[in-house]
Amino acid sequence: MLEPRPEEMLKITGLHAFYEESHILHGIDLTVGAGELVTLLGRNGAGRTTTLKSIMGLVGRRSGSITINGIETIAMPTHRIARLGIGYCPEERGIFSNLTVEENLLLPLVVREGGMSLAELYEMFPNLQERRKSMGTRLSGGEQQMLAMARILRTGGKLLLLDEITEGLAPVIVQAMGRLIGQLKERGFTIVLVEQNFHFAADLADRHYVIESGVIADMIPRDELASSTDKLNQYLGV
Amino acid sequence: MELSFHTVMSQVMLGLNNGVFYAILSLGLAVIFGLLNIVNFVHGALYMLGAYVALLGYTMLGPLLGKPDFHLNYWAALVVAPLVVGLLGIGIERTMLRRLRKFDHLYGLLLTFGLALIIQGVFTNYFNVSGDAYDAKPEVLEGAVNLGFMLFPKYRLWVIVISLVVCFSTWFVIERTKLGSYLRAGTENPELVKAFGINVPLMITLTYGYGAALAAFAGVLAAPIYSVSPVMGSEMIITVFAVVVIGGMGSIMGAIITGLLLGMVEGFTKVVYAPASSTVIFLIMVLVLLIKPTGLFGKES
Repeated sequence: MLEPRPEEMLKITGLHAFYEESHILHGIDLTVGAGELVTLLGRNGAGRTTTLKSIMGLVGRRSGSITINGIETIAMPTHRIARLGIGYCPEERGIFSNLTVEENLLLPLVVREGGMSLAELYEMFPNLQERRKSMGTRLSGGEQQMLAMARILRTGGKLLLLDEITEGLAPVIVQAMGRLIGQLKERGFTIVLVEQNFHFAADLADRHYVIESGVIADMIPRDELASSTDKLNQYLGV
Repeated sequence: MELSFHTVMSQVMLGLNNGVFYAILSLGLAVIFGLLNIVNFVHGALYMLGAYVALLGYTMLGPLLGKPDFHLNYWAALVVAPLVVGLLGIGIERTMLRRLRKFDHLYGLLLTFGLALIIQGVFTNYFNVSGDAYDAKPEVLEGAVNLGFMLFPKYRLWVIVISLVVCFSTWFVIERTKLGSYLRAGTENPELVKAFGINVPLMITLTYGYGAALAAFAGVLAAPIYSVSPVMGSEMIITVFAVVVIGGMGSIMGAIITGLLLGMVEGFTKVVYAPASSTVIFLIMVLVLLIKPTGLFGKES
């Protein structure tokens, strides 16, 4: 089999995205290599969430180019993009209230071998096993976030798009999420993480993209993070 | 007034017989509304079409094929009519409803209402409005069964049993299986279900087709009981919409239970005060709307 060039697991060129009449993204360019962990930083409304949604084809209209492992997806319907091996965890977590915890876990389609089994997931998230017959939205915020993460690890997809997974969670759970992200990276997952600030992923991320008004304003590699703190704080308005 | 057990029970059983039709039809409406967010006004016409597939299959298909002795029998009609009408439903979804998906669902209602008028109009033009009898009731279902408290027509008992089987199987598939979990999830957040690799547009098409097939199935069941007429659907659908409003849109079990109960209430009213039997459902609808506007089984949204 022809292995795609690893530096191009995800490659976005000149991406424009629209919701009805509003033009949100104005030419995003970014690449994520296999096994990399990259964050998308920026203020609210800068276009970070829209970038993830555009990758999944969940915006009204998009143009430019998005390739997954070298395959052009700009004209593909969402379900076919997902089948290329992408796990998507939306900002609002998207736990289905009409489904039990286990049904939520089993919902995403397994697209290839190599995903985690239900038993492995329950070992990793024992809370979910205890509550597997409960309806999804009966869980606490932290448990819901765990569930939203766990269910995309079953599919065999290697590219994870995670949107603000620490938002509104207690510090102890945020730490647990941090450890989880670390484990996933070690397992070889490629991760695109949308975050409000860079502290959560500072130790884990290989690179940080800063998005401002729908374009990439800056890219900061891990080893320049310490020297770029002031600049980043300015971008993020902290 | 003296109410004998026998009179009450026989009317309640006949009411249950109407109730299963309400149940199947409102179930189809609930399934379609859940996933497509469309109040499917053409449902009554699809029910009528189901009955006509059975009737015409029996009377006209043979001569049309040049084999005058060929009659599509009842059992075959129970399979063929849902298939034909289900495919028609798929066609309607693919060519029309799909284009309306990004607009307010009022447009879906208007479109299906228009379709219902067209279909009914065409059939009124060609067929007898006062109805044609369907004579292909199978011999095994002739006669009556002794239920202990009354003699009940065998055919009506069959209708009740098979309808309950169909309703509860549908409920089971939706609420208890993997396929059903896709459907429930699609009802709640179709975009995210797509992002999980599931072909939601296909699921929507098939769901609409299934709803249409259910309506046609009910139409075939109805053919030997009521006369087959172009207006049978529009008469039925008004009551069914009241049932749906009372039960609350979107709940599968709610649609089934409400349909059955209201059929029986209607039957019971026939004994107590017959003139009210055709309006009692609407009275209940008014009361329910006053007390619980989302319907008995509806969830606050």
